[in-house]
Amino acid sequence: MGIRFILMVNKQGQTRLAQYYEYLTIEERRALEGEIVRKCLARTEQQCSFVEHRNYKIVYRRYASLFFLVGVDNEENELAILEFIHLLVETMDRHFGNVCELDIMFHLEKAHFMLEEMVMNGCIVETSKSNILGPIQLLEKAS
Amino acid sequence: MAGGPSLMDSLFQRSLEDLIKGLRLHNLAAGTAAGTPESSTFLSKSIDEVRREIKSTDQQTKTTALQKLTYLHSLYAIDMSWAAFHAIELSSSTIFNSKRTGYLAASISFNSSTDVILLLTHQLRKDLNSGNPHEVSLALQTLSSICTPDLARDLTPELFTLLNSNKGFIKKKAIATVLRVFELYPDSVRVCFKRLVENLENADVGIVSAIVGVFCELANKEPRSYLPLAPEFYRILVDSRNNWVLIKVLKIFAKLVPLEPRLGKRVVEPICEHLRRTGAKSLAFECIRTIVCSLTQHELAVKLAAEKIREFLTEDDPNLKYLGLQALAAIAPKSLNAVVENKEVVIKSLSDEDVNIKFEALRLVMAMVSEDNVAEICRVLINYALKSDPEFCNEILGSILSTCSRNYYETIVDFDWYVSLLGEMARVPHCQKGEEIENQLVDIGMRVRDVRPEVVHVGRDLLIDPALLGNPFIHRILSAAAWVSGEYVEFCKNPFELMEALLQPRTNLLPPSVRAVYIQSAFKVLTFAAYFYFYPEEALAASISGVGESVHNGWCEQSSDSVSGQTVTFSEPDEGFNPRMLHQPQKDASGNDGKKMISDLEQVSSCSVKMGHFTKDCLVGMVNLVESTLRPMAGSHEVEIQDRVKNVLGLIELIRQEIHGCLVPKEEENDRGELKACEIVRVMHDAFSEELGPVSLSAQGRVPLPDGLELKENLSDLEAICGDFRIPVLSSFSLEKPRSLEKDVVTVSDQQNEEECEPSSESTSLLTEHRKRHGIYYLPSEKKEKVPNDYPPANDLSMQDKVNDEVDYLVKLTEKSLVPKKKPIAKPRPVVVKLDDGDRIHINETLPELKEDLISDAVQEVLLGSQAVASSSRTDKSDKSSNRRSRKETFRPLESNADSTTVEIAELGNKNSRRIKHRTHGKERSHRSSKKATGESDRSDRPNSSHPHGKHKSRQRADGMENVAAESPVIPDFLL
Repeated sequence: MGIRFILMVNKQGQTRLAQYYEYLTIEERRALEGEIVRKCLARTEQQCSFVEHRNYKIVYRRYASLFFLVGVDNEENELAILEFIHLLVETMDRHFGNVCELDIMFHLEKAHFMLEEMVMNGCIVETSKSNILGPIQLLEKAS
Repeated sequence: MAGGPSLMDSLFQRSLEDLIKGLRLHNLAAGTAAGTPESSTFLSKSIDEVRREIKSTDQQTKTTALQKLTYLHSLYAIDMSWAAFHAIELSSSTIFNSKRTGYLAASISFNSSTDVILLLTHQLRKDLNSGNPHEVSLALQTLSSICTPDLARDLTPELFTLLNSNKGFIKKKAIATVLRVFELYPDSVRVCFKRLVENLENADVGIVSAIVGVFCELANKEPRSYLPLAPEFYRILVDSRNNWVLIKVLKIFAKLVPLEPRLGKRVVEPICEHLRRTGAKSLAFECIRTIVCSLTQHELAVKLAAEKIREFLTEDDPNLKYLGLQALAAIAPKSLNAVVENKEVVIKSLSDEDVNIKFEALRLVMAMVSEDNVAEICRVLINYALKSDPEFCNEILGSILSTCSRNYYETIVDFDWYVSLLGEMARVPHCQKGEEIENQLVDIGMRVRDVRPEVVHVGRDLLIDPALLGNPFIHRILSAAAWVSGEYVEFCKNPFELMEALLQPRTNLLPPSVRAVYIQSAFKVLTFAAYFYFYPEEALAASISGVGESVHNGWCEQSSDSVSGQTVTFSEPDEGFNPRMLHQPQKDASGNDGKKMISDLEQVSSCSVKMGHFTKDCLVGMVNLVESTLRPMAGSHEVEIQDRVKNVLGLIELIRQEIHGCLVPKEEENDRGELKACEIVRVMHDAFSEELGPVSLSAQGRVPLPDGLELKENLSDLEAICGDFRIPVLSSFSLEKPRSLEKDVVTVSDQQNEEECEPSSESTSLLTEHRKRHGIYYLPSEKKEKVPNDYPPANDLSMQDKVNDEVDYLVKLTEKSLVPKKKPIAKPRPVVVKLDDGDRIHINETLPELKEDLISDAVQEVLLGSQAVASSSRTDKSDKSSNRRSRKETFRPLESNADSTTVEIAELGNKNSRRIKHRTHGKERSHRSSKKATGESDRSDRPNSSHPHGKHKSRQRADGMENVAAESPVIPDFLL
C-alpha cells in the first residue's frame, strides 16, 4: 500500500480532512495526527518536505494556509507524492475555483470523492483532472 | 422520542452547512472533542440532534443527519460506530445522493470489528452488478476500503466480472480493489489473477497505471512469483511514456532484478535511457534509486547515477538535496568514490538548517570513515557537535560512538587517541551519551591491554574535575572512569590524588549506584596502597628469584629512572615494565604458583621504585582521609553503598592494627599476627589485580548439561514469558558483574585463573588481518576470560577438589566461547544486537510468510496452471458458485488433456521440463476451450485476440513461466 493516509491541516493545526487507507482507532489517529502536525508545522520553507515518522514517511506541502500531508510507506517515491499533492490541489482548484480552506471545510464530501477517484486502496489510480472531476460534475448537474 | 423525529425536526433540520458554521462560531478546535465548555455543549447537542434525526423515515433528513455525523467523525473524532446500521440502510437508497452518503459513511467508519458489515454484502453485490456505472464505482470504492475476508470471498465473482468491464474507470477501480481482496482472501487469486495479467497489455494509461500499482504492491511482498511477468513489465518500461507508470514499473524491477541477475542486463539500458532523457525529477530519482539498490554491478549505470546524484546535490531545492544525500547513502557501500567526490557538499550539509538533511549528511560522513581518516573526521564532527543544538549534537556523538565501535573497533588503530576522544566527548556540553561512553571505556579497558594507562589517565582527568559531577548526563561516564581507575590502579601516577578525587564531597551528587562504584574503587586503591606499604621486602625477594631476565631488567630500569619527587610516585609503565602482560602465557602454564609470583614481581617493581617515598605517613594520611569520609556513610540507606563502606572500614581496621602494632612494619614480617593481616591484604590485592575479561554471550549456553538435569522441561514456559528480559541481562553481563561482584572475585579468582586461560585457536579472516597489522593494540589471544562471577564462591577455598573436577567443564566452555571473540575486541553489545535481531527476524519471517505463501502459491498456481483456471471460472461466473467449485472445474480440462498434470500443479514442485511441457499443452487447450465457452466476452473485450494471436500469447506466457520456475536462461532470450 503506497499511500497510508492523507491529511489536510490548517496552520493552526486543525484537521480539515483525514483519509486513512489502513485501519487505525480514533485514539491512534488522534495521536498520530498530533505528532505529525507538530513535526511538520514547525518546519520552515527552506527545509525539505520529507519527514520520517514512526514507520511512515510524511511528504507534505503547504498551500497558503493549508498543509497537505501524505503518509506513505518507505518504498514510495517522495517526489511523485509531491506531484500527487500538487495534482490534488490543481484538481480542487479547477473544481472550486481558487480553492481555499473554507471550500474544503464546507465541501468535505466532495473532497473525499475527489480523493476516492484519485486513490484507491492506497494506490494512485487516476491522474487526469477531467477524469477525476467527471463523476462529481455529473452528480452536480443531476441534483 | 421513541416514535422518531417530529415533522418540526424534519422541517427545521440543521443542515451540514449550519453545523459547520455553528462549529466555527463556537471556535471548536478540530480534532479536540473537548474544547471550551460551550463548544463541547454545542457538540454534544449536535450529536443528540443527529441521533434523533437519523431515525427519521424521511430519506433526506436521514441523509443529512448521517452527513453531519460523518463530518463530526472524521474531523472531531466522534464515535459513529452506533450508526453503522443507518449507513447500511442509506446505501440501499434509490436516491444516488443518499446512497453515496451511506457508502461514504461506511467506508470511513467501518472496520473489521463492525458486526453489521455482513449486512452490506447483499447491497454491495447488487450495486456491483448495477447497470449504473457510478453505482458500481461507489460500491467498488467502498469495498476497497472496508473489505473483510467474508466480503472478499462473497464478492469475488462480481469483481471478476468487473475486471473485464468495458468502462475504463470501472475496470481501473476493480483492479485496485482486487489487491485488497487478494490480501484478505488469497483463493480469489485463482479466479482473478489471469484477468489482471491480461490488463497489463491494455492500451489505456489509467488501467495500466492501476495494474502496475497493484503488481508493485504484490511484488513488494513476494517478488519471486512475478518473475514470469518480467517480459510484460519490460515492455511497459520501454514503451510507456507515463511517469507514474514508469515509477511503479521501476519499483517492480528493483524487486525482481536481485532475484534474476540476467534480468539486470536487460533492463539496465532502458533505465539509463530514461534517466538521461527524462526531465521529471521524480522519475529520475526513481531510476537512480533502482540503479543504486538493484543494479550495482553495472558500473556504467552506477556512474551515470552518481552523476545525476551530483546534479541533485547541487540544486538549491532542499528536497532534491535530501534525496540526493539519501541516494548517496545507498550507493556508499558499493561505490565509496561517489561519496568522496561529493565530500564537500556532504560536509557542508552538516550545517544545513534542515535537521533531516543534517542527519543524512551525518550518516554519509560516517559511511566514509576508514582507519586512515577516522581521527580527522571525528575531529571535524566534534567541532560540529560543539556548535550544534543538543539533539544533533547527540546524534553526532552517537554516530561517532557506534561507527568507531563497529565490528569490534575495527577502524580504530590508535586506541590512546580514541580513549582520549571518549574523554573529550564527556565534556561536550550537550552530551547525553553517558551510557554508551561508559560501556566503551570499560570495554576498551578490559579488552585492549595496552591502552590501560591512557584509560586510567583519562579517567583521572574526569574524576578530579568537580564540575563534571554536577551534570547528571555524565554520571555514567564518571562511573566508568572510577571503575577503570580502581581496576587498573597500578597504572595510576598518584593514588593519593585519585583517592581524593573519588571521595570528594561533591560525589554526593551521584546516584547511589555510581557512588557505590566510587567507593569500591576507593577500596581497590586503598588495598593497593596498603599492599605496597606492607610488602616491599617480599616483592624485592621475589624479584631476585626472578621469573625472567627481561622482566627483571625491565624493572631495574624502571626503578632507576622513574622516581620523581612526589609523595606517592608510581612508575609509569612502559614496554619493559609490564610483567603481567609480557608473561601471560607463562603464567598460565605454570598455574597458581607462577601467577602469584608474577603478580608479586610486579608489585616489587613498583615498590622498589618508590621505596622510601611511600611512607607510613602517607598511608596513614590516606587511611584517615578514607575513614573520615566514609565513616558517616556507614549508615547509608542504600545497601550498595553501605555494603561497600563497611568493607572499606573493615580493611581500615585491619591496616590500623598493623600500622600501630609495628613501628617498622616491613621488618616484622615474621611476626605471626601481623603476617596474618598482611596476608589478607595480599590476597585481596592479588584478587584485584586479577584480569577481568569480557564474557562471551554464548558462554553460558555452551556449558554442557549434566546428566539428569532437566532444564528445558521446567523452564520452557518461562522462556516464552521472560524472553524479553533476558537480553538486557546478558548485555550487562561482562560490564556489571565484575563491578558488583568484586568480593566474589576475591575468593574465586585463584581457581578461575587456572581454568579460564585457554588459548583460543581460530579467528575470522578479517580480524586476523587487522590483528596482524596492529597486533600491539590487541591482547594476546591467550587472554583470560572471566566466567560469570556468580560461580559459587563458597567452593573455592574449601572444596578444591570439586572445583578441579569442574575445570574440564570450564576449559571446554572457554575454549568454545573464545572462538567468536578471538580478538580482544569482542564488544558485548554488538553481539547482543545480533542475537536480538536474529531472533526477531526469525519470528517475523515465519508469520508473514504463511500469509504471503497463500497469495504467491495461488499466483504460481494460476501462472503455472495458466488460463484454465481463469477461463473456466469465467464460464461459471453467472452462477455464483463458491470458489471451490470453480476450482474443481478448473482442473477438469487439464485432467482430460494431460495425464498427471493436475498432480504436478498441486505439487508446485520443481520438475521443470516436464511440467512446462504439460503446462503449455494444457494451457493452449484450455485457452481454446475457454474461448468456446466465453467466446462472446472475449471477442467484445479484446478484439485483437484472434485465434492464432491468442495462441501465440499463451505460449509467450508459458515461456515467461519457465523463467520463473526454473530461473533458466530463457529470460534474456525472451527479452531479446
